[in-house]
Amino acid sequence: MKKYWHVLNVGIQNNLTYRFNFLARAVFGLIPLIAMLYVWQKIYSGKGAGSTVGAYSLGGMISYYLLTTVVDALTAVNEDDWQIAADIKDGNISQFLLKPIDYLWYRLCLFLSGRVTYLAVAVIPLTLFILYLRQYFMLPPNWTVFGAFLLSTALTALLQFFTSYAMAMLAFWVLEVSTFIFILFAFEYLASGHLFPLDILPRGLEQALYFTPFPYQLYFPVSIYMGKTTGADMIRGLLIQGLWVIAAYAVARFAWRRGIKKYSAVGG
Amino acid sequence: MRSEIRNPKAEDPDATTHHTPRTLPRLSRLTHHASRYLSVYAALWKNSVAREMSFKSNFLLWILVEVLWFGLQLSFISVLYLHTEHIGTWTKWQVVLLIGGSHFIQQVFQAFFLVNCTNLSELIRTGKLDFLLLLPVNTRFLVSLRQVDLGAFVNASFAVAVMAYAARQLHLVPTLVQLLGFLALCVLGIAIHYSLMFLLASISFWTVRAQGIVWGYYNLFNIARMPDEAFRGLFKAVFTFALPMLLVSNVPVRLLADKLNSPAPLVLLVVMSVVCFSVSEWGWRASMRRYTSASS
Repeated sequence: MKKYWHVLNVGIQNNLTYRFNFLARAVFGLIPLIAMLYVWQKIYSGKGAGSTVGAYSLGGMISYYLLTTVVDALTAVNEDDWQIAADIKDGNISQFLLKPIDYLWYRLCLFLSGRVTYLAVAVIPLTLFILYLRQYFMLPPNWTVFGAFLLSTALTALLQFFTSYAMAMLAFWVLEVSTFIFILFAFEYLASGHLFPLDILPRGLEQALYFTPFPYQLYFPVSIYMGKTTGADMIRGLLIQGLWVIAAYAVARFAWRRGIKKYSAVGG
Repeated sequence: MRSEIRNPKAEDPDATTHHTPRTLPRLSRLTHHASRYLSVYAALWKNSVAREMSFKSNFLLWILVEVLWFGLQLSFISVLYLHTEHIGTWTKWQVVLLIGGSHFIQQVFQAFFLVNCTNLSELIRTGKLDFLLLLPVNTRFLVSLRQVDLGAFVNASFAVAVMAYAARQLHLVPTLVQLLGFLALCVLGIAIHYSLMFLLASISFWTVRAQGIVWGYYNLFNIARMPDEAFRGLFKAVFTFALPMLLVSNVPVRLLADKLNSPAPLVLLVVMSVVCFSVSEWGWRASMRRYTSASS
């Protein structure tokens, strides 16, 4: 356990050298978000005062986007999948086959350290932005909900990481994995609630999405926080989310095992 | 938010060049000059085609990636219009036309310039720029146009198809003047994207981290495809007069969709493209003076 703690530490220190990059990313990332909020504002003002879209008032809609930004900052993979793929392609994983350290846990530590560092930097622009819009930023209804939100966010982070890890395993078989990663990312972007809250979709479509892991990659924790998913639905959702995490983990492990058999340590 | 890192294609070396004879009368020297640059550019094209064709499946996959992201933008708009009839004065099919137009501009920009802009920091870091400086051709020309992204032309044609469909839905029959005007304005829009991104890429002369900044610019494409009427205040001012994202595709599409109420936006787009290009040329020259090769 101690060695992974060490990896986490080194990871944080490494990532800190990129603090300026992280800050730039956090600030640049706010620009499309602001643009999106302007578009919604225009839509609401065109519909007249007190109008709603689905179940959302203008304030609710702005809250939604602020929350997705927070959850995204907490859980999104940064460059982990590229790095893992590069490690495989360049033969850097050879050393992990010899050392008493597990590559998957090693990468998970680096992912967590990346999130911690990113958050430490992004917290400044994000907080300022949320304070500016504080009249729209709602607090969770109670502590239980907040606890469930945190749990679900943690599961989201794990799901994001294991999915990316499994995707990066493709590097054992193909030269360039980025196309595959972007194809999956496009679906995730649309179906996980990045662009719009999923419950403004027609009912059938929204239901169908719940058969995929995508809503659990962003939308689900936000819906808990906003009090849209409660009680038995929430518990069931958390369980399903947990199952998706386990499934993604299993695929990641399986792909690694198959990959290693084929691996010939080019340039290692 | 994860950055949209696209297509960091492999560095390629040399381009062929010809030598200019020393004395020639002025006019013929000019035409000679032009034909020389054309033949250099033809050679660069040949290189690019050869490179793309050596990774065929990858070439097709990148096209698929862009098609998916384009489809994603369009589905987003159809979801928005499930809940509203218009955004400002923009109706659904007008916004589809806007997204198509914006995608067209972005893809043509990508075809000619994107990879080259992002590769500049690599050229500096590895010292390969020395080699380009020694060639008897304008260095900015070479740096900006070394590689051509052929897949982007395919995607640009999809954008045109979507625009044609949207125009049909709107019962638009653009006149020849409108079409030519639209194309001319697209060229100005592309010039703005190119100038700004090249200016950002020139920051690489100061810091090796510039690649992140260049990719940050990619986020701004998101703004270019949104209807201008949604924006107000400082945001609108910044993205009209400093980084004119709200002009690059909105103005050409407004011309096409008969949505121009006055010639003012046209004039503004022309002026801003000239300003952006001049600033980027000034920035490039200032950067070049700083250059002290990384190699040897």
